[in-house]
Amino acid sequence: MAEHDDASQPGRRDFLLKAAAVGIGAVTTLVPAGAGLVTLLDPLRHKAKAGTFLRVATLNSLPEDGTPRQYPVVSERQDAWNKFPQVRVGAVYLRRMGKEVQALNVVCPHAGCFVNYSANHNHYVCPCHDSVFGLDGAIKNPRSPSPRPLDTLEVKVNDDGGVWVKFENYRAGIHEKIVAS
Amino acid sequence: MNSLLGWLDQRTGYKAIVKHALYENVPGGARWRYVWGSTLTFCLVVQFITGFFLWMAYSPSSQTAWESVYYIQHEMMGGWFLRGLHHYTAQAMNVLLVLHLMQVVIDGAYKAPREINFWFGLGLLLLVMALSLTGYLLPWDQKGFWATKVATSIAAITPVFGAELQKLIIGGSDYGHHTLTRFFALHAGVLPASIIALLVGHIYLFRRHGLKAKEPRMRPDAAFWPDQVLKDAVACLAVLATVLFLILRSHGAELTAPADPSEPYSAARPEWYFLFLFQFLKYFPGGTEIWGAIIIPTVVLLVVFAMPFIGNWKLGHRFNLGLMWSLLAGVGLLTWLAITEDGRNPEYLAGVKIAHIEAARVKELAQSPSGISQLGAANLLRTDPLTQGPKLFAKNCASCHRYDGHDGMGNHPKDAQSAPDLKGFASRQWLAEMLDPAKVASTNFFGGTKFREGKMVKFVKKDIAGFSPEEKAQLIKVVAAISAEAELPDQRPADQAETALIAEGRTLAAGDVMRCTECHQFRKKDEEASAPDLTGYGSREWLIGIISNPAHERFYGKRNDRMPAFGKDEALDAQSIGLLTDWLRGDWYRAPARNTASAAH
Repeated sequence: MAEHDDASQPGRRDFLLKAAAVGIGAVTTLVPAGAGLVTLLDPLRHKAKAGTFLRVATLNSLPEDGTPRQYPVVSERQDAWNKFPQVRVGAVYLRRMGKEVQALNVVCPHAGCFVNYSANHNHYVCPCHDSVFGLDGAIKNPRSPSPRPLDTLEVKVNDDGGVWVKFENYRAGIHEKIVAS
Repeated sequence: MNSLLGWLDQRTGYKAIVKHALYENVPGGARWRYVWGSTLTFCLVVQFITGFFLWMAYSPSSQTAWESVYYIQHEMMGGWFLRGLHHYTAQAMNVLLVLHLMQVVIDGAYKAPREINFWFGLGLLLLVMALSLTGYLLPWDQKGFWATKVATSIAAITPVFGAELQKLIIGGSDYGHHTLTRFFALHAGVLPASIIALLVGHIYLFRRHGLKAKEPRMRPDAAFWPDQVLKDAVACLAVLATVLFLILRSHGAELTAPADPSEPYSAARPEWYFLFLFQFLKYFPGGTEIWGAIIIPTVVLLVVFAMPFIGNWKLGHRFNLGLMWSLLAGVGLLTWLAITEDGRNPEYLAGVKIAHIEAARVKELAQSPSGISQLGAANLLRTDPLTQGPKLFAKNCASCHRYDGHDGMGNHPKDAQSAPDLKGFASRQWLAEMLDPAKVASTNFFGGTKFREGKMVKFVKKDIAGFSPEEKAQLIKVVAAISAEAELPDQRPADQAETALIAEGRTLAAGDVMRCTECHQFRKKDEEASAPDLTGYGSREWLIGIISNPAHERFYGKRNDRMPAFGKDEALDAQSIGLLTDWLRGDWYRAPARNTASAAH
């Protein structure tokens, strides 16, 4: 733009014209692009529902020998415009340990696949990348792709034998267990 | 930086393209009359950008289309603005297309060698109209649904293969999921792609032939950049400012109630720029619509397409100019007629009013704690007593009954009132008035029925009129007790606060002093009872019972005076009777008062 610095009238007029044309042109296209981007970013405003205790099973339904069993987790769910009063939102493995119950989220902490319980080997194995977890959820194979053990969930057993689990999902792919929000 | 650009230029030759684009010669210098093409391109860009973002939130199916647009409009950040931008820019485009076309015709820019480019332009005009038409349906609201239904029904009158054509357009015999998937694929895929193809040709040919200057040329030739670019940019800014004004004035585009094929919509109109066609069709009596809908528009379009050839004749250009101005005047006149006729059409105006009420109501229901279920939002209004109750009442009850003096919808039926006014039925006030010697024989209670001279009226007029102050005090308690049987939502606070008074009233009502149980039964089986049961009087179950069969021995038995048995005779289904009942009882979802609203007062 050095050639316009001599302040000669036509040069300056020319520069102002060009600047105005570019400026106005930019503003007019920024409006629709900005409006779209604002709406696109809407999901960032919403946090995932905080974990609440949900009744998923009765103590009597759990095998006494400590074999894990899978249970669906049913809860209210808001999916954009739809509200589902009672719908399956996930699943847990429950394992009886005397009077205590251990709950594991079925989702593999590596990449979010659903782990299977293998009765033959008495461990959990992820069908996607072969991470193997012990019954307590600990990593079992030394070269496990999963960065952390299966995620344990808080459990309460009520006097009537109802098993309540504080159901939460955690961020996949990292060492720390952080609630997905 | 320069070396990087040089590297890029060596491989792409972009500098030459930019130079070619910017230094196009403008004969006679920059002028405002050349801006229309650029404003249209600008609008198209806005539509592409906003359209892509809307696409990311839109879900085309008959149970999710309205719901996703509702979510964009009312829940997503800035969604109302984005949608408003898309909606009003579409309108601006239709106006600018006409301006562009008129400018081209007036300046003679359609004549040889620019015939093909003129046709490209007309093709673009038709494609934009098709975009408007398909886009109008996508929100799947009552307005778009019914207006588009009219448009696709017109397609069915096409000779030979009309029925098949319609079926192909809507993806089946009836409107449904595939209507939306097809319209959406057209709107977001086929039509925009065709527009790009035609527009590339349009701009290529425009550059090839150069700008057709308006004579006389005021100034020397100049390059497109920067003078004309600035004028174009200012024009685009003006278009944008107009669009922004329209968005802010109306808080974005309208979204009426969800489409419901079972709900009539008297306010169905096409978008305003198609109103002229809508009005034009009114002049073709049954069986001749094909002239108004297909033959005449096609002939006019063919003449317009032939304008480059007509323009070669001696008086051809004047003919073309005359034709365009007459078409514009005709379209303007028809549009004006359509608007003024609607303004005088009470049915249309009532339809618009109901449309506004239902749009606001469905928004309230969608934001209620129960939200939108999988059945979709249309179900919210179908199962809403506040929406359906008045309609059911007007259709089934108002030929005899009234609701606050009207038919439930605010109209006054032509038949004289011959049965009670049911506004506030079974409330304390209603019962107190019914037991008022001055009112009991009015048409609002027994006046219009054969019970005008009946025992109840006589009792009220003679006995109650002669009540001592002590007895009158007791009567108030009886009224509270009988009214409490209804468990009306509006009366809940009073019912809960005055349990002692109500218990006293109950004892009195069951006792001999007040003489209720001489004819009625109350909380005790009485085979001899000859008047309606006061147990649960006005409750949901009681009202459903009497609407279903008033001649049941629990109500009027054989003495029933003309009231039809809506349930027993299947005049109304159980759901409708339930909705009517809930509405009469004032039992519907009430949105909590919004903080902003209370702050404003």
